[in-house]
Amino acid sequence: MIVIGERINGMFKRIGEAIATRDEAPIIEAAQAQVEKGANYLDLNVGPASDEPVAAMQWLVETVRKATDTPLSIDSPKPDVIRAGLDIAGSNSIINSTTGEAQRLAALMPLAAEYGCPIIGLTIDENGVPRDAPGRTEVALKIVASAMEHGVPPDNVWIDPVILPISCTQNHQPEVLKAIAECKLLSDPSPKTVLGLSNVSQGTRYRSLVNRTYLVMAIAYGLDAAIMDPLDDDLMDAMITAELLMNKTVYCDDFLKAYRT
Amino acid sequence: MSFEMPKEKWRGAVNQVKIGATAAEGGTRSSTVTVGGEATLPFLDFEGDTPNRPVIAFEVLDLAPTDWPEPLVEAYGDVFGDPAAWAQKCVEQYEADLICLRLQSAHPDRGDSSPAQCAETVKKVLQAVGVPLIIWGCGDNEKDNNLWPEVSQAAARERCCLGSAVQDNYKTISACAMADGHVVITEAPLDINIQKQVNILVTEMGVKPEDIIMYQVTGALGYGVEYAYTIMERTRLAALGGDKMLSMPMLAIVGSEAWRAKEARLPEEESPQWGRRYDRAILWEAMTAELFLHAGTDILVMWHPEAARLVKESVLSYSAASTESE
Repeated sequence: MIVIGERINGMFKRIGEAIATRDEAPIIEAAQAQVEKGANYLDLNVGPASDEPVAAMQWLVETVRKATDTPLSIDSPKPDVIRAGLDIAGSNSIINSTTGEAQRLAALMPLAAEYGCPIIGLTIDENGVPRDAPGRTEVALKIVASAMEHGVPPDNVWIDPVILPISCTQNHQPEVLKAIAECKLLSDPSPKTVLGLSNVSQGTRYRSLVNRTYLVMAIAYGLDAAIMDPLDDDLMDAMITAELLMNKTVYCDDFLKAYRT
Repeated sequence: MSFEMPKEKWRGAVNQVKIGATAAEGGTRSSTVTVGGEATLPFLDFEGDTPNRPVIAFEVLDLAPTDWPEPLVEAYGDVFGDPAAWAQKCVEQYEADLICLRLQSAHPDRGDSSPAQCAETVKKVLQAVGVPLIIWGCGDNEKDNNLWPEVSQAAARERCCLGSAVQDNYKTISACAMADGHVVITEAPLDINIQKQVNILVTEMGVKPEDIIMYQVTGALGYGVEYAYTIMERTRLAALGGDKMLSMPMLAIVGSEAWRAKEARLPEEESPQWGRRYDRAILWEAMTAELFLHAGTDILVMWHPEAARLVKESVLSYSAASTESE
C-alpha cells in the first residue's frame, strides 16, 4: 500500500495559518511526523482560502523540502498551481488531481505527460459523482483513454473512485469497493487505485474506526494507495495487517515492527 | 519487427555484504568476497543488476570425520584432523572462495573442546589461508554461547560470518559479532516467517541488516530440496518486492546434506543400476547446489572439490551466456 500523508492541507486550521503567515515550523513538523510514521508521499494542499495559491504552493514545496526528500502529491484543482508545485518538486511527484471532465483532462494530462509523473483521476464528470460502480468505472475508462491519447502510461493513472461521507450517502460505499476491483480490468497494465480515505468518516463520531474499517475493506478489493492520516496508529496497524492477510507481505510474529523497520 | 524482452520492474534489491577484511580494513585477509546486490532473479542480468556471482565456501571440520564416503576421503583424507592444512588444501588446490570452519569438536558429545581450544583452531586457520572465513558453532546452544566470546575475539576485525543465530538463541552471537566486527548468519528451520522474525530480533539487538546473511536449513536433492527451493525463492521475491527484513543474501549448506543421501552413499554392488558411485555422489552434490543457485543462493557451502568445480563452471557459463546475448 502506498500511503499519501494528508496532514499538510490548508483546510487544517494550524496549517492554514502557517501558510498565511509563512510560518515554516508547523509545516516541517507535519512533514517529519508523517514520514516517520510511514508516509510514502506527502500531499500538499494550500487550501481553498489562499488568495495567491501559486506562490503559496511554491513556498509549501520549498518548506517541505527543507525537512524531507519524500515524494510529494501536488494537490490543487488549478493547473497553474500544480505546475508551480511540480517545477520545484520534480517528476517523482503525483498530480492530485484531474477528473473525467473533458476540460480538466485537456489541461492536466499534458502536464502528466510532460513531467512523466503519476496523475490521480477522480471519477467525476460533467454530471458529478456517479451513483454506482459501473458509472464510476465508465468515468475511469474516459480518464485512462485520455491518458493513453496523451502518452501517459496507464499505470501512471491512479483512479480515485471518490468515497463520500457515510453519514450522507450510505449506498455509495459498497459501490466504491466494486469500482476499485472493476478499474483493475480497464487496461494492461492496470491503472492504480487510490482513495481520499478520510472523507468516508466526515461528520461521524467514530472517525478513526470508520476510516480503518473501510480501508481494510478497500484493501481486500485491491486498493493500491490511500490519501490518509499516517499519524493514526490504529489505522496504520489495520492497513499493515490487511496487507498481510492479502498475502502481499510475509508474516512474522513482529510483523508490525517489521513493516516499520 | 524487433523483439523486446519483457522485463519485470522490481522495487527492492538484495543487500550487498562484504565478507573478510584486508590489512587496510583492520584484518589480515589477502582477499575479500562480496555477495548479494541482486536487483532481479538469479542470472537474469538482462533485467536488473547482478553485481556479484554466487561463491563457494569449502567446509572444513575441526574433527577428523569417521564416516565419510570414499570419494571424500580421497580428496581430504591426508588433512583430516588438521583444519589449517585442510583449509590450505581447499584454497590452494581447489580454489575455494571462502572457508567454512565448523567447530564440531566443541559439542559436549563430540569431545567438548574448550573455547580456548576452538579460538586457537580459528587462529591457525586464519594464518593458514588468506580467504575470508565462515565460522560455525557446534550446534549446542549452551556450548555455543560459551564459545562465541573467545572465538569471535580470536578473529576480531577479520569480518568473518558467524553461524548461526536462531529464534531462541541469538543474543550472544549478535553481541559478539557487533563487538568484533563480524557478519551474523541467521538460521530458520525451513520457515520464511521464522527467518524474518530472527532477522528482526537480531537487528533489534543492533546488528545492521547489511551485516546479516540468511540460512534456511536445507535438504538434499530427493530429500525435501523442493521445500527449501520454494522458501528461498519466495524470500528472494520478497526482497525484490521491497521487504527489508528479507533482503539479506542467502547461504545454503549443500555438502553435508547431499552426502547424507543414500544415492550418494550406496556402493555399486548394492545398486548397480545407479552407475558408478563416485560420479553419482559428486553429481548428487553438484545438482543439489545447482538447484540452490536458481533459488537465489549467494553462498554455497560444499564438500567435494569436483562437485564444487562443476558448480563454478555452471555459474560462469550462465554469466558468459548473458554477456553473449547482449
